[in-house]
Amino acid sequence: MKFKTKKKEIRRIDLSSYWQLVWWRFRRHRMALIGGTILSLFLIIALFCETISPYEPHARNSKYTQGRLMGVHLFDQDDNFHFRPFVYARVNKRDPVSFRLNALVDTNERWPIYFFVKGDSYKLWGLFENEIHLFGTEKGFIHLFGTDQLGRDMFSRILYATRTSLSVGAIGVFFAFVLGLTMGGIAGYMGGMTDELIMRLIEFIRSIPTLPLWLAMAAALPREWSALKVYIAVTIILACIGWTNLARRVRSRLLSLREEEFILAARLSGCSARRIITRHMLPSFLSYLIVDLTISFPYIILAETSLSFLGLGLREPIISWGVLLFSAQNVRSIVHMPWLLLPSLFVVVAVLAFNFLGDGLRDAADPFAK
Amino acid sequence: MLKLISRRLVATMVTLILVSIVAFILIELPPGDFVDSYAGKKTQGGDIISQEELMEMRIRLGLDKPVYVQYLKWIGALLGGDMGFSWEYRRPVSEVLSERIPLTLILAFTTLFFTYLIAVPMGIYSAIRQYSLGDHVTTIIGYIGLALPQFVFALILMYLGHLWFGTSVGGLYSMEFEEASWSGAKFIDLLAHIWIPVLVLGTAGTAFQMRTMRAVLLDELNKMYVTAARASGLSEFKLLIKYPVRMAINPIVSTLGWELSNIISGAPIVGLVLSLPDTGPLFINALLNQDMYLAGAMILFYCTLVILGTLISDILLMIMDPRIRVGGVS
Repeated sequence: MKFKTKKKEIRRIDLSSYWQLVWWRFRRHRMALIGGTILSLFLIIALFCETISPYEPHARNSKYTQGRLMGVHLFDQDDNFHFRPFVYARVNKRDPVSFRLNALVDTNERWPIYFFVKGDSYKLWGLFENEIHLFGTEKGFIHLFGTDQLGRDMFSRILYATRTSLSVGAIGVFFAFVLGLTMGGIAGYMGGMTDELIMRLIEFIRSIPTLPLWLAMAAALPREWSALKVYIAVTIILACIGWTNLARRVRSRLLSLREEEFILAARLSGCSARRIITRHMLPSFLSYLIVDLTISFPYIILAETSLSFLGLGLREPIISWGVLLFSAQNVRSIVHMPWLLLPSLFVVVAVLAFNFLGDGLRDAADPFAK
Repeated sequence: MLKLISRRLVATMVTLILVSIVAFILIELPPGDFVDSYAGKKTQGGDIISQEELMEMRIRLGLDKPVYVQYLKWIGALLGGDMGFSWEYRRPVSEVLSERIPLTLILAFTTLFFTYLIAVPMGIYSAIRQYSLGDHVTTIIGYIGLALPQFVFALILMYLGHLWFGTSVGGLYSMEFEEASWSGAKFIDLLAHIWIPVLVLGTAGTAFQMRTMRAVLLDELNKMYVTAARASGLSEFKLLIKYPVRMAINPIVSTLGWELSNIISGAPIVGLVLSLPDTGPLFINALLNQDMYLAGAMILFYCTLVILGTLISDILLMIMDPRIRVGGVS
């Protein structure tokens, strides 16, 4: 913060609350702001994927299987401007040699895109029956990101996958957080033998390669379990190994906080242990905890993607980024349909956004540092 | 120093025992035992097996004993070189593994070697030329390297390889060498193929180590002793290598075991995607088919490798850093 510039500003800084200072500091990180914006977009997608996606994720379009991406145009081939964006029509022609049906672009016909159109009916959040989609066509179909082997709309599927992957991340981080807070809290609070034991355990878990262990645990899940059960089990498995980092940080924060003078002051003035923890300790490391949570997100997301990609994590009918990438496992399919790799773009963007946001938050969490 | 090392050795032994317990638990984790799955396969084939026969089989295999006895038997056999039987391959696990482990080792250590070979000089470069174009480029590569899942990287490389060269870039040998015995030509062929998995496995680690090197070196460069050394007229290169780099190399060495762990972690999935003839596809197939003796042995192998790597990096650190050697475990 620049203190020298104006007198007015000095007063503002002096009078600002802690969270205000945090926000000001955070705002200076451009990359963190971008990361935050991207993640908010992802959150909107995750919340409203039913409405934003033009189709139901399991609906098949038999007229456009293994279809390429469809570009949105404003100008047609004669350079005429159309106010309403459109996609070119597709016609199916049988290849004279291989007798396979090929979808060809027909530039003579345009399929205009309308907003808030009626389409497949769905239940928003499983509650509200609705059939309005953000966009769609009245004639023909629109598959922005192409379709997969069965003719299912990749765009819609990626949106639904965003919801699953982010929720796996959120639930996994939550479990890891509870575990880490408890174990780290116990270690930091009890000290002595308990502390030693927990720290050794953490060291042990960190010394073994994570992915093989994750894989082995996921492989041990019974095959006949329903997709939902597997989903819960997978998140718990991810959390089982992800909690160690959090626990270590919580412990070291607790240890250093214990020695702080304001804690001593609180103890001297007769505060109960509960009051000291909830009113004095927790607020002062809440911001650090938020940082730790943000940083552990990408690990969980990457792990889930890897597990599902190998067919050991989530499975159909649940769709996550990893499940979508499962069909891109061999070279032949990605050479024929490179757009099957598109979900990985979302993975990378999400992980980068979380990292940038985490960097910014880490700086902002301690606004009093210079 | 000897005392420190011996204490470290004891800790390593304890960790190894714990790892073996974890591996055994994982073997036992899937519901049902070997006899159940054997019976399942037999009855599918139309055979009828009575409960008595199953019980007899359990007793013969020692599956009726309590779990810890089974564990002791397993670990005892393991120490004698018998890792159990893989019913997927219908061969002893040790036989299946010994074919594939050398390649995994070659791959892991080549990757480790290149990681440090590139990360250390690049880290030094971006520290002394902070905010230069090269620094920014390495930063961007670093961020992407950390965010890109290794299997996606492998898939993209394979796709590009197909586009540009028209061939599959998977595997470790060309067709004509696949079945050939070891020779000079086969080794050269291996070198021509191995860079892809090394690139895939090593990028994230290289990026991370580069960032570490850069950060630590930047801290060191601003210290007084550097100024003092410069004031005494030491040449800039000598000064850099002898003092701050010498200091900054410690955190790099101490993460050696951890780095190896990352490489081993990524190896199975990359091996599968690139269809390498190493332990990767073997491991994942073993898991998918619940061929648990094979999977357990491999987990044990992966973990042992990492634990030994950590041990070596600790000992290296003791040799390099007198503060640890004299002052006790940091």
